[in-house]
Amino acid sequence: MPVSKLVGARIKRREDPRLIRGLGHYVDDINLPNTLHVAILRSPHAHARIKAIRVEEALKCDGVVAVITGSDIQEQIGPVPVASQNPTLRVPKHPVLTVDKVRFVGEGVAAVVAEDRYTARDALDLIQADYEPLPVVSDPEKALEPGSPVIHPEWPDNVAFRWALKQGNLAKAFKEAYKVVKQRLVHQRLAPIALEPRGVLARYLPGEKELTLWSSTQIPHILKTQLSLMLRLPENRLRVIAPEVGGGFGSKLNVYAEEALLGYLAIRLGRPVKWIEGRRENIQATIHGRGQIGEVEVAVRKDGTILGLQYKVVADIGVYHQLLTPGIPPLTGLMLSGCYRIPAIGIEVVGVFTNRMATDAYRGAGRPEATYVMERMMDRLAQELGIDPVKIRQKNFPKPKEFPFKTATGLVYDSGNYQAALRKALKLVGYEKWRSEQKRLREERRYLGIGLSTYVEICGMGPSAAMPAGGWESGTVRMEPTGKVTVLTGASPHGQGQETSFAQIVADELGVDLDDITVIHGDTAVVPSGIGTFGSRATAVGGTAVFQSAEKVKEKAREIAAHLLEADPEDLVFSDGKFSVKGVPKKGITIQQIALEAHVAKNLPKKMEPGLSATSVFEPSNFTFPFGTHICVVEVDPKSGGIEIKKYVAVDDCGKVINPLLVDGQVQGGIAQGLGQALYEEVVYDENGQILSGSLMDYAVPKAGDLPRFELARTETPTPVNPLGVKGVGEAGTIGSTPAVVNAVVDALTPFGATHIDMPLKAEKIWRLCQGKKAARAGGGR
Amino acid sequence: MIPAPFDHITPVTLDEAIRALTSHGEEAKLLAGGHSLLPLMKLRLASPKLLIDLSKIPGLAGIRQEGDKMTVGALTTHYQIESSELLKEKCPLLPQTARVIGDVQVRNRGTIGGSLAHADPAADLAAAMLALGAELRVRGAQGERWLKAEEFFLDLMTTALSPSEILTEIRVPVLSGRCGTAYLKLPQKASGFALVGVAVWLRADGGLCADIGVGVTGLGAKPFRAVRVERHLRRKRLEPALIETASAEVTLRIEPLGDIHASAEFRAHLARLYTYRAIVEAARTAGISLTKAKGK
Repeated sequence: MPVSKLVGARIKRREDPRLIRGLGHYVDDINLPNTLHVAILRSPHAHARIKAIRVEEALKCDGVVAVITGSDIQEQIGPVPVASQNPTLRVPKHPVLTVDKVRFVGEGVAAVVAEDRYTARDALDLIQADYEPLPVVSDPEKALEPGSPVIHPEWPDNVAFRWALKQGNLAKAFKEAYKVVKQRLVHQRLAPIALEPRGVLARYLPGEKELTLWSSTQIPHILKTQLSLMLRLPENRLRVIAPEVGGGFGSKLNVYAEEALLGYLAIRLGRPVKWIEGRRENIQATIHGRGQIGEVEVAVRKDGTILGLQYKVVADIGVYHQLLTPGIPPLTGLMLSGCYRIPAIGIEVVGVFTNRMATDAYRGAGRPEATYVMERMMDRLAQELGIDPVKIRQKNFPKPKEFPFKTATGLVYDSGNYQAALRKALKLVGYEKWRSEQKRLREERRYLGIGLSTYVEICGMGPSAAMPAGGWESGTVRMEPTGKVTVLTGASPHGQGQETSFAQIVADELGVDLDDITVIHGDTAVVPSGIGTFGSRATAVGGTAVFQSAEKVKEKAREIAAHLLEADPEDLVFSDGKFSVKGVPKKGITIQQIALEAHVAKNLPKKMEPGLSATSVFEPSNFTFPFGTHICVVEVDPKSGGIEIKKYVAVDDCGKVINPLLVDGQVQGGIAQGLGQALYEEVVYDENGQILSGSLMDYAVPKAGDLPRFELARTETPTPVNPLGVKGVGEAGTIGSTPAVVNAVVDALTPFGATHIDMPLKAEKIWRLCQGKKAARAGGGR
Repeated sequence: MIPAPFDHITPVTLDEAIRALTSHGEEAKLLAGGHSLLPLMKLRLASPKLLIDLSKIPGLAGIRQEGDKMTVGALTTHYQIESSELLKEKCPLLPQTARVIGDVQVRNRGTIGGSLAHADPAADLAAAMLALGAELRVRGAQGERWLKAEEFFLDLMTTALSPSEILTEIRVPVLSGRCGTAYLKLPQKASGFALVGVAVWLRADGGLCADIGVGVTGLGAKPFRAVRVERHLRRKRLEPALIETASAEVTLRIEPLGDIHASAEFRAHLARLYTYRAIVEAARTAGISLTKAKGK
């Protein structure tokens, strides 16, 4: 490999100039002539029988072309799919529009198709749907109680699945423990709130018998396969395009009812159809994240050594499974060991049906829950044993030489140096200084808290053996006759910046200018195959596929160069995009010249195929395991319940870094969302299954002005899993930050006897905890 | 998020606007900055048939001094108030309040008249209006009248404006002498509205509180003037204990609102706490030295 020039450089995103100037094309920016617009009537009830739906008035409306109900299409469109499997999984039939019953607020009941968006929306108000309300079960714990209302009559216990794992001698661990610390932890439901809501445009060409579907999705190839099954259309007549995608955070790692519905309508009506989700629909009918209630018990020695851990979790599934719904809570289970040596672990998950929207993957997807459990518990243990939270973590870390490190849950952590990241973060934040400041301020009845989170997460998803539908990724590198380079990737981005980072990889490998490289993604008719961008996998898996293709291109170019230069391939050196004969630097040929020779194909080595391109599919041998330490310093006002973040330090290790600017961006955004969970965000359903936080006036996403400056640093421990040494960084910020913030606030309030506060840490909760309690004097515990 | 159909007119005189308002009655809504009305329309919680856009009527925006009063046109934006050097000097409570409304976009579009006439129970400016004893100039088919801020807010989203009246101007006193002001609020994290907001101005006379005005928003169904608190402190020497006792009266005879963001009990607590803190802050800016506040 030549000396890197671009890999490792802070290259500005090549995507941004068009996006900043409004020249990008999101689904709603694509306008086809004759397009019809779709609006969806959604259930106002969490559980009700549909007595009647009358659509006549809506149909009479000027400009309305069609009104479709569930019974019109139940034979035509197959159910919305679930990919994650599990031996105990119960899969209710998930129709594209419901028939007979509604089961959550926001469930699709009917669709209006009209000449314009306004008419479609107005006509919704003319559909008369009569409902007979049924008893609602909104709370997942109540759903498990005997006599609770039943959501799917075939499963009267409301259980969606059970999943368990037990490893090591738990009974012994708990028997020998000096202390057993128990805690109940709630991971509230969150709405992903991508800046661009979902949107679909579908066009059918009856002559060609070809359906093209533009969708704001993270997984165009998977969507194509699934849609062909749902619509019973040959997959080779289906083309899915993910144009510019304005964020997903996992919410667009899915196959949604509306995608199939629009495909069906385009075929049936013979005109293009478009649907753009509104923000209220987005909060009601796009997947939610988290939604776990856990009871954890940790057995520990007096010196802080962890002996065993038992975790029981009730996972709020919602009414139906979406694509990966039942796969998320087990991922929490697998990651529970965190970055610690825990000899015995027992996990029991019960997935529960509730009259709510489905939960599924939201940035971190199962790992934030695991990290939150372990990191909260490390602080609880430290508190109970009177040990510094730093020391108890260090005590339980595996040492760098123990890697690859096998956890009791069966995962093999590829590489790591947890001590180094922790040390760096402590130094950066000035840990001892803050501890003495904390002591000093308590004398003044001011309450400072310092919170740590030392996390490890799992990403670079696959390998395929561990994934529901393929864990590989494809990458093509093609040199055009004019010497330009076209890169195709199946890792369809939605804001990550692959057009920049993948070009950096190829530019270094082939010695070409960044400006001569175009990265194409998101179109199943152009990119031969792919899985998508999620699970912090794009660079580790997709980037590697592109890298391997670039290597293949270079090797073929070397053979052609050797042929043209009449030299042995072994005697050629490659530098700055040029092959030359060792010791004869003047005698050489550029890779662009070789590309032209390969294309015109008049003088190629015997039996060599013309052209200079290669496609690789990379299958990783393992996941990757990035890690790091986040430290948050807060001051809490016990009277108003206000929390001020005074300092935030993050040291992340995502292996080799292709573009530090992109990595910083991922970490910054990730921390923002993790802080959002800790402090503000919550999808609130009441006992009737109504959403009380149904718009951005009530659902608080963090805004730039709410956030402190994050001080970022890195350690670099390459992974052996892929040749680039990259691990992934898309979710690390979200996973690492949430417990750091909560730990800091609990630490601040220990003089008030605080041991735990459930998220989000709203002012009122803080006030209630402190109310009527006199703070212990300084020195009485941290 | 698509509103129901509506018409839109842009009158160029106030009389023209009043005529349109008179002839369409409840079906019409005035459009100023639109930052409260348009979200309601998009959610279809409001579906006016006609929007009467005030933006083309000259003379409705601007800030000027008239003797011992400051006059602020109803279409003056929050940003204009926040950044007005004249107001910062003559009546700083207004810019202090305006600068914590919503976010930059809201402050660039939202207007003082629109905010007051909409009468959201948690709007920030209402608190300042009540504290300052503002007078509101109103024009209608029957001519013109002046309303006191205390008479203006009647109930949840309800004002003393008749259906054909337009709020045109707001008048507040020039704060002369040793005055101190403060606006403190705890914002609701999603909307930026006040869970509770308290506006205070006071005039110092030596160590005495010569006069004081306290306006409260976010607590109940309508913003209100905390007359009991004022009475408790007027002509008194300010001491932390006295301020604390006075602040406790802010919630008397008020039914606090409760929702997913804060219970009624917590809002009541916040009202007492922020009243105390806002008075202390106003006293400080007026140059009154209090004995050390006891940890409030």
